[in-house]
Amino acid sequence: MVPTLLGVAVLVFLLLRVAPGDIVELKYAGVGAYVSQESMDQERAQLGLDQPLWKQFIDWIWGIVRFDFGASMWTGRPITYEIAIRLQLSLQLAIMATIVAVLISIPLGILAAFKQDTWVDYAVRVFSIAGLAMPSFWLGILMILGMLIFFRWLPPMFFTPIWVDPWANLSQLIWPALAVGYRYSAVATRMTRSSMLEVLREDYVRTARAKGLWERLIIVRHAMKNAMLPVVTVIGLEFAFLIGGLVVTEQVFNLNGIGKLFVDAITQRDYTMTQALVLVVSFTFIVVNFVMDLLYAWLDPRIRYQ
Amino acid sequence: MTMKRVSVCMIVLACLIIPAAMAAETPKAGGTMTFAVAETPPSFDGHRETTFAMLHPVAPHYSTLLRFDPENYPKIEGEVAESWTVSKDRLAYTFKIRKGIKFHDGSLLTARDVKVTYDKIIFPPEGVASARKAYYAMVEKVEAPDESTVVFRLKWPSASFLAQVASPWNFIYKADLLAKDLRWYEKNVMGTGPFTFVEYVPGSHWVGKKNPDYYVKGRPYLDGYRAIFIKDTAPRAAAIRAGQTLIEFRGFNPAVRDDLVRTLGNKIRVQESPWICNMTVAINNEKKPFDDVRVRRALTLAIDRWEGSKFLSQISIMKPVGGLMRPGSEFAAPEAELTKLAGFAKDSEASRKEARRLLKEAGVPEGFSFTLKNRNIKEPYEAVGVFVIDQWRKVGLNVTHQPQEGGPYFADLRGGNYETSIDFACDFMDEPDYQLIKFVSREKSPINYSRYTDPVLNELYEKQSRATDPKERLKLIRQFEKRVLDEEVYQFHVLWWQRIIPHWARVKGWTITPSHYLNQDLRDVWLAPE
Repeated sequence: MVPTLLGVAVLVFLLLRVAPGDIVELKYAGVGAYVSQESMDQERAQLGLDQPLWKQFIDWIWGIVRFDFGASMWTGRPITYEIAIRLQLSLQLAIMATIVAVLISIPLGILAAFKQDTWVDYAVRVFSIAGLAMPSFWLGILMILGMLIFFRWLPPMFFTPIWVDPWANLSQLIWPALAVGYRYSAVATRMTRSSMLEVLREDYVRTARAKGLWERLIIVRHAMKNAMLPVVTVIGLEFAFLIGGLVVTEQVFNLNGIGKLFVDAITQRDYTMTQALVLVVSFTFIVVNFVMDLLYAWLDPRIRYQ
Repeated sequence: MTMKRVSVCMIVLACLIIPAAMAAETPKAGGTMTFAVAETPPSFDGHRETTFAMLHPVAPHYSTLLRFDPENYPKIEGEVAESWTVSKDRLAYTFKIRKGIKFHDGSLLTARDVKVTYDKIIFPPEGVASARKAYYAMVEKVEAPDESTVVFRLKWPSASFLAQVASPWNFIYKADLLAKDLRWYEKNVMGTGPFTFVEYVPGSHWVGKKNPDYYVKGRPYLDGYRAIFIKDTAPRAAAIRAGQTLIEFRGFNPAVRDDLVRTLGNKIRVQESPWICNMTVAINNEKKPFDDVRVRRALTLAIDRWEGSKFLSQISIMKPVGGLMRPGSEFAAPEAELTKLAGFAKDSEASRKEARRLLKEAGVPEGFSFTLKNRNIKEPYEAVGVFVIDQWRKVGLNVTHQPQEGGPYFADLRGGNYETSIDFACDFMDEPDYQLIKFVSREKSPINYSRYTDPVLNELYEKQSRATDPKERLKLIRQFEKRVLDEEVYQFHVLWWQRIIPHWARVKGWTITPSHYLNQDLRDVWLAPE
């Protein structure tokens, strides 16, 4: 984990410095107002941008070693605070979208596999291919337009934590969770279907049937658990992606999440924030992969880790 | 008899209607106003920041020494200052501070707070950023001889000084807090404005509530306000349509305005004003063939701004045709004078004929190719870029449009890595010191990207800035304008912006000004019943 994160840290630090643009230029010239060169130089010095690159890198890495990401160059506030605010929304949305996806994909995938080449299978395939074809942000736009035109209503435009006002929280997040969850479920449904079809053709399933076991028992005890390995992979990777990757959907629903923060940080050339976010997302992927490895071992007893 | 009856009926009706109408417009206290802000504030310090994203949510917490009267812009009125006098030699401005103004922590505002605030703006110590310090170069020192008097001593008379003191950015801070930490205000709020600070959730919203001790009795009318940060135009417009936000103070394009009016009818009111923002074409004067004034002149002659205004105003916020000063402002060139400048004549065919002649004379071949760089922001940048390219095509130029993301765009402009580029400027007031600074030599102006040095322009700028006779100043401004736009054509304006604010009709007491930086303290705003 540490070498991976260190490699990511070096790469993101260098790539950001290579990209043209400067936070001070964007901040001041970006609004078309006159600001003297002296004021701009002072701002650069205040942000530490007048220091040599190696010193900036050492300072940053030394901060990370002490679990101190420093302050955002754009806002001056601690990065951990800025990320924490967005992370609760992104995490909740990712969990809700995953629940939606799992609730849709696993029953539908199993059903399609069992009813292979019947109208049920075709209907499920049409439903899931439509989900793959429709970007979640586009579905989100349709939802918003529908609510606006037919009900003159919009989901709340600012986040309220679920423990403060569950109704306000859910009425904001349920819509993006449905939009994202549908696309996410489409991938998982197709994976569940094909994986189930593969497992149902295995010798042990045939043997179970020959022994006269109930079909439901065959599915739950023998087929489903084994078919879940690739499905878990898909769900895990999608979950990690949802933490920082819902850029456009967050913009459509005006969600104050990690994806939006990421885009803002990059466009503002907020080096410290971008670096921290890349590390957070990388860490999320590493943790999700680790959890998936543990799940593999639970689902398939043949897998053992030394 | 009939006439008498009609008259009586009319009097009775008038007696019934007029008080009803007056009652309808009598301000009502209460309610929370929600408004949208398209960006989030970097820090909370008005002296350091330059973005409306800071001003719109934060300004209601503060007072300034003077302010622009929103109902009678550009008239200046006292805010913290009750009155002021100017010495005969115009080198000393004495302000009397209003008594009884309290900070939100209950302490009294005194002349010392004003002095320390302005010392921070004009003479910031090492490590403290002050964005507009350069505009106060004429100030020698700020004194507070007693608790209610502040004196600004100038090194030379300045035409713009009083207006600069009315800057909406110059929040009055508390001296004791600045004494402890000059950067305290970057992350905290403590002012004397009509609203006190409640909460800020970065990226989400900002909340303020009524200041019961505000120095203007009976104000503010609102119980509070909530600024919601909505970056994209579509959700921002949708939020207004759904009534989640009642107004957005920067403005929308004509399409959003028309859509809101169509769907909400008389629930929406639209206020419009020419805006102190404009789009210019920056020309790299160091690159061939743009180092030749004939080529630069041909570029401006090819553009029919009057036709452009007619069509671009239907799809974008580009509308007023003007020179270096905002059309409609006291400093703007009258139309008769403006149309004499290259590219501003109404006979576009004659201008284009002249442009072709100049290009030929300068040895620029038919179909000459070059690049116009631009910001990758659809509106108004890309719209104006497409328009300019089409105009240049009409004089035989073949121009490639290259929209860029903000970082590379500014890096190329600053580094001179461009041939021509769309550029822009935005200010909070009509003031030649502000609008002309972009055009003085590049050594003196970091926002002049056109890479030229012109001592004549530098001198004209200095002279107009120090001219105390308005007529003399206007003459110098015209000379400056003629040199930039007509004689040398270093860079030129395309069109000015039109500020369009569609808002819920129940938002009362707010009047549009030519700048989205002004009239943001919300003290006179009230909400009519739904």
